[in-house]
Amino acid sequence: MTNRSSLSAILLFLFFSASSAQHNVRTERISGSAGDVLEDNPVGKLKVYVYELPSKYNKKLLQKDPRCLTHMFAAEIFMHRFLLSSPVRTLNPDEADWFYAPIYPTCDLTPTGLPLPFKSPRMMRSAIQLISSNWPYWNKTEGADHFFVVPHDFGACFHYQEEKAIERGILPLLKRATLVQTFGQRNHVCLDQGSITIPPFAPPQKMQAHLIPPDVPRSIFVYFRGLFYDVNNDPEGGYYARGARAAVWENFKNNPLFDISTDHPTTYYEDMQRSIFCLCPLGWAPWSPRLVEAVVFGCIPVIIADDIVLPFADAIPWEEIGVFVAEKDVPELDTILTSIPTEVILRKQRLLANPSMKQAMLFPQPAQPGDAFHQILNGLARKLPHDGSVYLKAGEKVLNWTAGPVGDLKPW
Amino acid sequence: MKLSALHQSYLNRRRSPLDSSADASSKSFLAVFWLVLHCLCCLISLLLGFRFSRLVFFFLVSTPSSTNLYSPPFRPDLPPPRTDLSPPNATAVEAKTSSSSSRVVVGRHGILIRPWPHPDPVEVMKAHRIIERVQREQKAVFGSGGKSSRAVIAVTPTYARTFQALHLNGVMHSLMLAPYAVVWIVVEAGGASNETASIIAKSGVRTIHVGFDQRMPNTWEDRGKVEVLMRLRALRVVKEEKLDGVVMFADDSNMHSMEFFDEIQNVKWFGAVSVGILAHSGNAEEMVMSMDKRREMVDEEEERSSLPVQGPACNATDKLIGWHVFNTLPYAGKSAVYIDDVAAVLPQKLEWCGFVLNSRILWDEAESKPEWVKEFGLLNENEGVESPLSLLNDPSMVEPLGSCGRQVLLWWLRVEARADSKFPPGWVIDPPLEITVAAKRTPWPDVPPEPPTKKKDQMSLSQGNNVVVIPKQQQQQQQQRSSKVRKPKRRSKRNKHEAKPTDTTTQVSASTKHHQERN
Repeated sequence: MTNRSSLSAILLFLFFSASSAQHNVRTERISGSAGDVLEDNPVGKLKVYVYELPSKYNKKLLQKDPRCLTHMFAAEIFMHRFLLSSPVRTLNPDEADWFYAPIYPTCDLTPTGLPLPFKSPRMMRSAIQLISSNWPYWNKTEGADHFFVVPHDFGACFHYQEEKAIERGILPLLKRATLVQTFGQRNHVCLDQGSITIPPFAPPQKMQAHLIPPDVPRSIFVYFRGLFYDVNNDPEGGYYARGARAAVWENFKNNPLFDISTDHPTTYYEDMQRSIFCLCPLGWAPWSPRLVEAVVFGCIPVIIADDIVLPFADAIPWEEIGVFVAEKDVPELDTILTSIPTEVILRKQRLLANPSMKQAMLFPQPAQPGDAFHQILNGLARKLPHDGSVYLKAGEKVLNWTAGPVGDLKPW
Repeated sequence: MKLSALHQSYLNRRRSPLDSSADASSKSFLAVFWLVLHCLCCLISLLLGFRFSRLVFFFLVSTPSSTNLYSPPFRPDLPPPRTDLSPPNATAVEAKTSSSSSRVVVGRHGILIRPWPHPDPVEVMKAHRIIERVQREQKAVFGSGGKSSRAVIAVTPTYARTFQALHLNGVMHSLMLAPYAVVWIVVEAGGASNETASIIAKSGVRTIHVGFDQRMPNTWEDRGKVEVLMRLRALRVVKEEKLDGVVMFADDSNMHSMEFFDEIQNVKWFGAVSVGILAHSGNAEEMVMSMDKRREMVDEEEERSSLPVQGPACNATDKLIGWHVFNTLPYAGKSAVYIDDVAAVLPQKLEWCGFVLNSRILWDEAESKPEWVKEFGLLNENEGVESPLSLLNDPSMVEPLGSCGRQVLLWWLRVEARADSKFPPGWVIDPPLEITVAAKRTPWPDVPPEPPTKKKDQMSLSQGNNVVVIPKQQQQQQQQRSSKVRKPKRRSKRNKHEAKPTDTTTQVSASTKHHQERN
């Protein structure tokens, strides 16, 4: 498997280096630990079967609240739509490599637009019960060849508060399934080993509409817009973002190189295109759409989130593209950033200018080659073929259907 | 369940609570129990803070291990929100997970602030250098359409005279600022001199210093002819050395805008730009008069506008149809003939500086040279090459640049000093001046004056008005004043220009002093 992939990577590299030799000045090839896979085409490498679930799991939720299409958790909805019309979809479940259940667990919104995760475990559970009773494929592997899209704050832990999420852990029924989630942090309960991290949804048309010519000189050194203190939920400070955002504010509010504030300017996207570094610190969860925006606008992301796992981490070499700053090093952020050699900065900008990099972070409608949907499929394809051990003998049960808080066991 | 009350209150602050899961059977007992517990916790939190009380409660009533073994981090003394560099007391219990322990602790962290949270100037400079480098790279990659930029070959005819340093430095700075590779061909009349060489050596661009055997004549007309020959000599250098790029003619007294260099990159073979003509007479009175006259003219006939611009003329479809030429009629008979005449210096019909050409036109082999270009090697200079259009067979193939001549990208100006004006060689005062007279009435404290050896200025410098002599005492002042008043009559009017303001100031100061004396 590895020999084959390395060989194909070498061939791909030779082919692409020959064809894109003149692009080397502006952009650079992106090769992660999985090889040059951003431009891979997953069609032909895998087959996905989409379960026909009743619309109460998906369409009705969307009808109730169409805001689900525009918030940053909209990846689950767009993934469903993409798979329905994708060439990797198969209508014959017996030849499918992967099974997908279209559930929108994050589409339960408060009036202000924040998703509530309290009913999501029950919804998941009831969907899995439906799948396991109507189709035989769940029981064959207890979900090991199924994948679910759970883009909420802490993935399948289904809670917005980290302590509670850790306490709950990943939903027991999803322990064997592959989770496609935005949350990623090393050695964390809510990140399973085989999960695929994806970027949060950012509206591609909105970002395209705010592009400025690339020869506008980048004159802002560091840029950030957002909260530093969450006075509603963390009045004393120190909880929100583990104190990192507050440290950024306290240390650099007087520094003219740092254009940081809590404003909501209308020129937010344009300003990002005029900046060299864009801060992407953690908030209540380590991931944020700022990473996607920084990549699309060519601003080098400065990631301040300990142990974070970034989207498509095996395909995209984030260490070469972004700057990682430990939370304890935030007071020295200016020293760190100014001591980066200019060649390194220029190289990072060249990598960011690579259109396949930008495309991999977006969920365009309709889907385009190389976009995030395809990267998800690539990630799923890389996990094939399934290990023989995932197939259970008849009657063998691994999952504990009664595990979890009592409240989860209630029907939905 | 057990924790639902506290969680409820916490949720209240964050989102609208929707969860409610309590058993009906033990509800009443639980309610009373919770009430008591709540009051207890309120009391404790009044004393010790809300979160601390919650954690104390957790510790006192540890949960049964039905859920994961998770104990929240316990900090015995809550640090205030703003601490100094010392991190909070790390007696936190690590959030143990079922697999391995994470370095990242959930819970309250201190906000790290360094002792001096202000910018360090060295780092600010480093950041600015980074920004500059990034912008340069951006310009190189994206600017000017992203095509690879061509070298700029600047041809400058010059000769050693008073104003040479002034003019040459101006051109030099423009070329140094242009973000392109520059080859500067400086042709000097009277042979290559050390003076010129020392000026252009400071440029940092590649220079080719060519000496031209003729000396620069004294009349503008002849000077123009010699300059043409010098330019052709430079073009021959381009041909011989096979220099590749865009040839532009940077006369040393012209002023170029940066957009000019960007625009000429677009030339394919032969292009023309609009040149602003500054026919400056150097005579203040005449200037004022001409301005008044022009204002009158504008009032009467608004049609007629003497735009001092020379360049390509286009029709509505941006095709070249002719040339705008400088209107010399208002200056008829009053134009300067000799180089130091105080009259308007008029340009030729079409100045060389308004044209740019692809250096490949001059090369020998007709690689892809268009047929409407004459072979440069066969050009006969003695036939009188007036404007660069004589390099072409078909002048209508010239490309108008700068949005078809609408943008004026450079300015033409001729200013020279008197023919007999002297200046220190290399503009270095060596040996030092003999006389230094102390300055009175200056804001800085008085320096005891040097003992004056001579009264009259006997400097090796001539009447270039280089030193403003401020007299020491009143008698000296009056004498100086009278001598100063006498002098300008002999000198040219230009010096009166400068002498006048000083005269008035000295007059005013004299009168005030006079008043003081009276009082």
